[in-house]
Amino acid sequence: MAGSQGRGRAAYTFNIEAVGFGRGEKLPDVVLKPPPLFPDTDYKPVPLKAGEGEDYMLALKQELRETMKRMPYYIETPEEKQDIERYSKRYMKVYKEEWIPDWRRLPREMMPRKKCKKAGPKSEKVKDMGKGASLTNTADVLKKIEELEKRGDGEKSDEENEEKEGGKEKSQEGDEEDDAAAEQEEYDEEEQEEENDYINSYFEDGDDFGADSDDNMDEATY
Amino acid sequence: MTQAEIKLCSLLLQEHFGEIVEKIGVHLIRTGSQPLRVIAHDTGTSLDQVKKALCVLIQHNLVIYQVHKRGVVEYEAQCSRVLRMLRYPRYIYTAKTLYSDTGELIVEELLLNGKMTMSAVVKKVADRLTETMEDGKTMDYAEVSNTFVRLADTHFVQRCPWVPATENSDPGPPPPAPILVISEKDMYLVPKLSLIGKGKRRRSSDEDAAGEPKAKRPKYGTDNKEPIPDDGIYWQANLDRFHQHFRDQAIVSAVANRMDQTSSEVVRTMLRMSEITTPSTDPFTQPLSSNEIFRSLPVGYNISKQVLDQYLTLLADDPLEFVGKSGDSGGGMYVINLHKALGSLATATLESVVQERFGSRCARIFRLVLQKKHLEQKQVEDFAMIPAKEAKDMLYKMLSGNFISLQEIPKTPDHAPSRTFYLYTVNILSAARMLLHRCYKSIANLIERRQFETKENKRLLEKSQRVEAIIASMQATGAEEVQLQEIEEMITAPERQQLETLKRNVNKLDASEIQVDETIFLLESYIESTMKRQ
Repeated sequence: MAGSQGRGRAAYTFNIEAVGFGRGEKLPDVVLKPPPLFPDTDYKPVPLKAGEGEDYMLALKQELRETMKRMPYYIETPEEKQDIERYSKRYMKVYKEEWIPDWRRLPREMMPRKKCKKAGPKSEKVKDMGKGASLTNTADVLKKIEELEKRGDGEKSDEENEEKEGGKEKSQEGDEEDDAAAEQEEYDEEEQEEENDYINSYFEDGDDFGADSDDNMDEATY
Repeated sequence: MTQAEIKLCSLLLQEHFGEIVEKIGVHLIRTGSQPLRVIAHDTGTSLDQVKKALCVLIQHNLVIYQVHKRGVVEYEAQCSRVLRMLRYPRYIYTAKTLYSDTGELIVEELLLNGKMTMSAVVKKVADRLTETMEDGKTMDYAEVSNTFVRLADTHFVQRCPWVPATENSDPGPPPPAPILVISEKDMYLVPKLSLIGKGKRRRSSDEDAAGEPKAKRPKYGTDNKEPIPDDGIYWQANLDRFHQHFRDQAIVSAVANRMDQTSSEVVRTMLRMSEITTPSTDPFTQPLSSNEIFRSLPVGYNISKQVLDQYLTLLADDPLEFVGKSGDSGGGMYVINLHKALGSLATATLESVVQERFGSRCARIFRLVLQKKHLEQKQVEDFAMIPAKEAKDMLYKMLSGNFISLQEIPKTPDHAPSRTFYLYTVNILSAARMLLHRCYKSIANLIERRQFETKENKRLLEKSQRVEAIIASMQATGAEEVQLQEIEEMITAPERQQLETLKRNVNKLDASEIQVDETIFLLESYIESTMKRQ
């Protein structure tokens, strides 16, 4: 067996000389806590490089930071509505250009679907009310389901027409029966049907109401 | 992806694209490849916002998509590409040094927008340059186009992969996502455009090109009603080429520091000649004969052939081994050892870090162990001529900092500690990785601190901006000196002091970020080059 049995005496199982401590020498203290968060350094850091190139890059960096915030790629988080609308906010809004990506290069599911937008504000409204509301009128509900079915068919034909006209983004010609689209349509209709157990006479501004339906203003309020 | 990298990516995405894109991007980096609905569900954001965020990320080449079986499209984030956003100022500045203002603006537009068509770039850059010129002068599109073509020829910009034009006899449904391809020879092919026009000033009194009234917000890319001639051909900045340039710069300046200006010019010439012939990931450049080098030296340098030969011999004999001799034909064939050069640069970085952090005696021990590869405790003390106690202390400090590691060599099969050799050694690759990780953490800390400082003084900054805006508008409408003075006094002296301090701190933090990024570049290049060789 390696090492010597010390019979209760403190003895090392290896040759302490090899690691560099002499016999009987005081060993360094045992560390009982993690190192400090901001340790003192004996040596101060070297000063930064300074020169024309570095100054220019610094200015560039700060400019780029500001420019990025104004580009259309910077998506701002929608703020909650404040109780008092501040006058200054109106004048500090930055006018951004709209950016439309090249849909030919992106997967088809990226396109915001028109009927999703139609359903968008509706399902947003409904979501806002919360899922806890119970239906009070079964007749109401049945009416809604009928409405939905009719609208579902109407939307399908709407989409067909729209896609036939808009030849740029979709190269398909009038053939709508691909699985992905059908699946998505079905899923969305289910979503709508589920949500429509609730009273629709409420109209509450969802957070994304403006953002969703900015180019679909023929949507009537229900 | 390490936690430090993810944190840094999160900070960068948030600064450049906002919180929503940051959330989606970080989620993708953490979890790998995911389809759209899973992303929406896991992050708890609405589908619409996820789509917008993904569009932005794909546009900037930060996320790629792939079609899997059953038509599911999965999105994957490129963490290393996100980290490149730190280096944008350096890319733009390099373009400025090589191709002056026009090149600088072209690269800046491409980096800010991810991908653009050539016509869009030319138009935008011409407009921007015209703004800076004196009244009455405008920038011609042709000049901007020329610079663009030069950038493409030297491979600083490249074409993005595009959808191949398939014949319409395809009867089945189109794929859920386009498959983008690009061939090597097409990558730098500039389309034949005849862009005629001049840059426009935004302040001019005529209406927009499309005749829309000024009140309407211009939609990007649909300004003119004519079809864009190079529609669908997008260009992006070729970051690898920039990296090759940085690497060459680093090697040349290292040689200049070690030897003299002339030898660095020789090395620069050799590197320039190998730019197109050698891919940047090769360990050696193609062999170049001394005669070729002599012919390609820059015109101003008139050193004789013999002097050049002497320089080359000196370079080849140097222990750093940047240049190697591979043959004798043509007056001597010489190569540049790119991998060794990167290794030397990384090692120099490590040594410098040890010196600045632990002191010059530690650095002496470090260099000693580097040179001798494996040393025992006793040998370290002897060779370094440092007393035992101090040497021990230093070795352990470096050991706990992971710059040095211990290698055990057992004498007996049972690995008894008393009968084992313990040797100190430096593993450059793992030390470089450790240092790189630390650099990522440092930059994340720097960015956080800068954001904290800015947030603390937000009120003051806004106030000073408002005052500046007021002063500017008053000056435009013509105001007296007294009134301007009054407005300026709205900011009190201590507030001015505070603003000065803030500005100085923010500048320092920004400059530090840029410098740490240089170290990151060196270490990453070295690690990449080493991994390629294995």
